[in-house]
Amino acid sequence: MLSVSNLRATVGETEILKGLTLDVPAGEVHAIMGPNGAGKSTLSYVLTGRQGYEVTSGTVTLEGEDLLALEANERAARGVFLSFQYPLEIPGVPALTFIRTAMNAQRKARGEAEITAPQFLKLAKAKAAELKIDFEMLKRALNVGFSGGEKKRMEIFQMAMLSPRFLILDETDSGLDIDALRIVADGVNALRAPDRAMLVITHYQRLLDYIKPDRVHVLSGGRIVASGGPELALELEREGYDKYARAA
Amino acid sequence: MSLASALKTRDVTELPGKRDEDWRWTDLRGLIRVLPEPSPRFTGDVPAGLFDRLAADHHVLVNGGDARIEVAAGRKSLAALRLVSRGAGAHANRVTITLAAGARLRLLETYESDAGSVSQTTLSITLAEGAALERIVVAQDHEDAITVSQAEVQLAPGADFGQTIAASGARRQRLETRVAHPGGRASLRLDGIYLLADKRHSDQTTVVTHDGLDGTTIQLTKGVVRDQARGVFQGRIIVSEGADRTDARMGHHALILSDRAEVDAKPELEIYADDVSCAHGNTVGALDEDALFYARQRGIPETEARAMLTEAFIGQVVDRIWFEEARNVVRGWATRALGV
Repeated sequence: MLSVSNLRATVGETEILKGLTLDVPAGEVHAIMGPNGAGKSTLSYVLTGRQGYEVTSGTVTLEGEDLLALEANERAARGVFLSFQYPLEIPGVPALTFIRTAMNAQRKARGEAEITAPQFLKLAKAKAAELKIDFEMLKRALNVGFSGGEKKRMEIFQMAMLSPRFLILDETDSGLDIDALRIVADGVNALRAPDRAMLVITHYQRLLDYIKPDRVHVLSGGRIVASGGPELALELEREGYDKYARAA
Repeated sequence: MSLASALKTRDVTELPGKRDEDWRWTDLRGLIRVLPEPSPRFTGDVPAGLFDRLAADHHVLVNGGDARIEVAAGRKSLAALRLVSRGAGAHANRVTITLAAGARLRLLETYESDAGSVSQTTLSITLAEGAALERIVVAQDHEDAITVSQAEVQLAPGADFGQTIAASGARRQRLETRVAHPGGRASLRLDGIYLLADKRHSDQTTVVTHDGLDGTTIQLTKGVVRDQARGVFQGRIIVSEGADRTDARMGHHALILSDRAEVDAKPELEIYADDVSCAHGNTVGALDEDALFYARQRGIPETEARAMLTEAFIGQVVDRIWFEEARNVVRGWATRALGV
């Protein structure tokens, strides 16, 4: 589904991604693990089209379509969703208003009809109940005054509402206690489907106990330096990143 | 030094200018070389006003005049006050507003000009004990107009005064409010919005003097400036000796959406009492790029995302208007003024 080939990208003058190659087939969950500063967050921003992250060479396609040629919002409309490591606070915009605006913008971009208010509310109530989110919270300004855990849960709620095809979870476990982690992982696992793929970016193995990956990749020095099955995550947990840091 | 006296004597040396500390960013002396002729009496029709539908009591001054609004003890009223300028002459308005004990008034005030007029409006507003006034001002001036509005507000103990000024600027626009605050559980809210484009200028100046125990003041002004526009906010809160247990909070936040736009802000707290709780916050900057990317990552196109975030920024002031119907009118006005 997602195919990244020999990707190089810079932030300012500094090259962060140095020839990264990665394939995530439909239906699979891949984990990207790596030490701090390896380029994990940069990869998520490059895939989603954030300004200031300049691709200097290489290709990124989603089901054959060139993602790099699209604006950030166009990529979202094609089904690319990033669950942010640090979700932003949007003062003055209620969470439901924000998500409905996003959903309708995506639908418009895909040439679909807008969702009606009753349909939207019904969907929101159902998804909020699944993720144990108090519906009243969705009427408040998005993420304003929310705890770290609530913000992460709100990311998964948005993901469930927008029903993307390709999901990127950037350090989704940070700031979560064990109960919140279970709820979030259940929410993510509920989205596993044959026509969907996920990239789970994480520093620690803990999250992967709850969201089981099909493949694990080690990102170090801006490149994938090792790939393997789920056992690779356990090895990293035991032995650390040192040998891969040297390999890079 | 005032525009009011200059209009009387027709002597431009009486105009306030940059040598007057309170007028350094709204220099009328340097701008006006010759005062325009006095505005002629206007006999035509004026178009419908922004708040016509909401008000029961209408006061319309065209090209100058006097108005008096009085609310008797314990009574309620809803009044529209329109300060209308037709043509490019000079004129002055005088408005007296008196609320007796326990009276309540919603005042919907508009400034409307259609050319390069020079106008001064002087308001004297008095609230007796326990009276409540919500003053909502929308200044929608012509780009060539010079408009000065100066309100002197006298509160009594237990009075409740709330104000929201929404302005889209003019060649020069000064909207000034001075409040004598006696404490005594009187409460004051002074809010403002300025949305400026092209070469427009708007100046919101407030001075609050707390003279007694137990007074509260909350203030929130937000502005959005683009093109070569210039926004000015001057807010001064003085807590006199002995005005203990005063609680005063002032916030001013502006978005600058172009390199050539400008915001000048001067928040000041002068505190001569010991036991007070006062705070002020002031920020001027661009739209939050992180929030913008976040919205775009969810699928919202850039223009729409910018509009949503800008409207939400201003919406936090609009939401503080108590009178719901007027709040909706101001929200609609803001949406149009932002051009979204």
